Amino acid sequence: MRLLATDLACIRGGREVFAGLSFTISAGQALVVLGPNGVGKSSLLRLLAGLVRRTGGNVILEGGDPELSVPEQAHYLGHQDSLKPALTVRENLNFWVQMLGAHAPSADSPSIDQALTTVGLGSIIDLPAGYLSAGQRRRLSIARLVTIKRPIWLLDEPTTALDTGSQAMLAQLMGEHLKDGGVLLAAAHGPIGLEAPAELRLGSTTQHTPGNGHL
Amino acid sequence: MNTLSALLVRDIRLAMRVGGGAVIGVLFFLIVVTLIPFAIGPDLGLLARIGPAILWLGALLASLLALDRLIAADYEDGSLDLLLMARMPIEIVVAVKAFAHWLTTGLPLVVATPVLGLLLNLDPQATAAVALTLLVGTPALTFIGLIGAALAVALRRGGLLLAVLVLPLTIPVLIFGVAAANAAITGPMSFGAPFSILCALTLMSLVIGPVAAGAALRQGME
Repeated sequence: MRLLATDLACIRGGREVFAGLSFTISAGQALVVLGPNGVGKSSLLRLLAGLVRRTGGNVILEGGDPELSVPEQAHYLGHQDSLKPALTVRENLNFWVQMLGAHAPSADSPSIDQALTTVGLGSIIDLPAGYLSAGQRRRLSIARLVTIKRPIWLLDEPTTALDTGSQAMLAQLMGEHLKDGGVLLAAAHGPIGLEAPAELRLGSTTQHTPGNGHL
Repeated sequence: MNTLSALLVRDIRLAMRVGGGAVIGVLFFLIVVTLIPFAIGPDLGLLARIGPAILWLGALLASLLALDRLIAADYEDGSLDLLLMARMPIEIVVAVKAFAHWLTTGLPLVVATPVLGLLLNLDPQATAAVALTLLVGTPALTFIGLIGAALAVALRRGGLLLAVLVLPLTIPVLIFGVAAANAAITGPMSFGAPFSILCALTLMSLVIGPVAAGAALRQGME
């Protein structure tokens, strides 16, 4: 499996955010998008998720499901948690599993309760999500990535609001996702716990530095 | 199917729990309809004559009340992003959301109509006629409103824009809804003709609403 992006261009609000952006991510590889604020990291992730219009270029997932578009095979973890305060922790996760999950769930995907235990919310399954702290809300969103199998993970500053323990948990989950042959793209300002990921630096001079990890 | 029922159940559950849509809408309907006899005065004949129109106007305004949150709530907390990434066309997603919205805001208005008919001195037959036209007509109001709700999100404007966009489009529904109710009560027109047109308007809006709303949301992607 390989995620190929060629010559991507994005215009938002009449301003060119980036143009001529190309990169390739192979199965089991992570790409970290770096750059100062406002340089287009989030726009790139939202573009790949199909949430921002692509003004040029192409995105292909080689070896993916040919009947599904790239956004339909991707998980997007943005700045917003997509949680309803009035629903309980389990109801929130359960809804997204039914909404986003495959029609026939694969046998190896964890159950909802297992996933919630993994992210450390096992003891507050029936608490309304409105009572969660920012970090707990983030962990509930992360549980979504684990429960539903989708090969591409698009993570926008995934460590925001997470304590050190949760950051380690996230790093482990990302490692497992890559080991299963997934593809990961993360926007970040600092290390997010991945071992020597490839880096894509957005800014005045766009350059692609391949890492020396598990490429 | 599983996906659609999950969305339907979630939206209904939210409407019930969040101190909700249904009760507030019915209360608003009650207040509007109660205010009018106070404004017009105790002329029972006049009230009975304009009763259907008052009930229809009240229902129209009440159904507009909650439309603002139909898509905006999902947009604000990021749920709309994920709904767009589901393996389900956004047109169907918004259609299911609108149906859930009608079940929690439109249907209670129909149920409350007989009670309000008493306030307006409508006889049982007239009340039944108004309730029937509302049952058929309120889905049209919701699905036309769906277009406005999607546009308001796509244009990043809320509140009043929705009312300004939606109310003119609901005029045909209002005309034929009231005409059908009046025909049943006073004649001399037959009930069938305006009622059939009302049904046709509802069926049209069931098709056009989700498609237009989906187009608006896709267009608004930025």
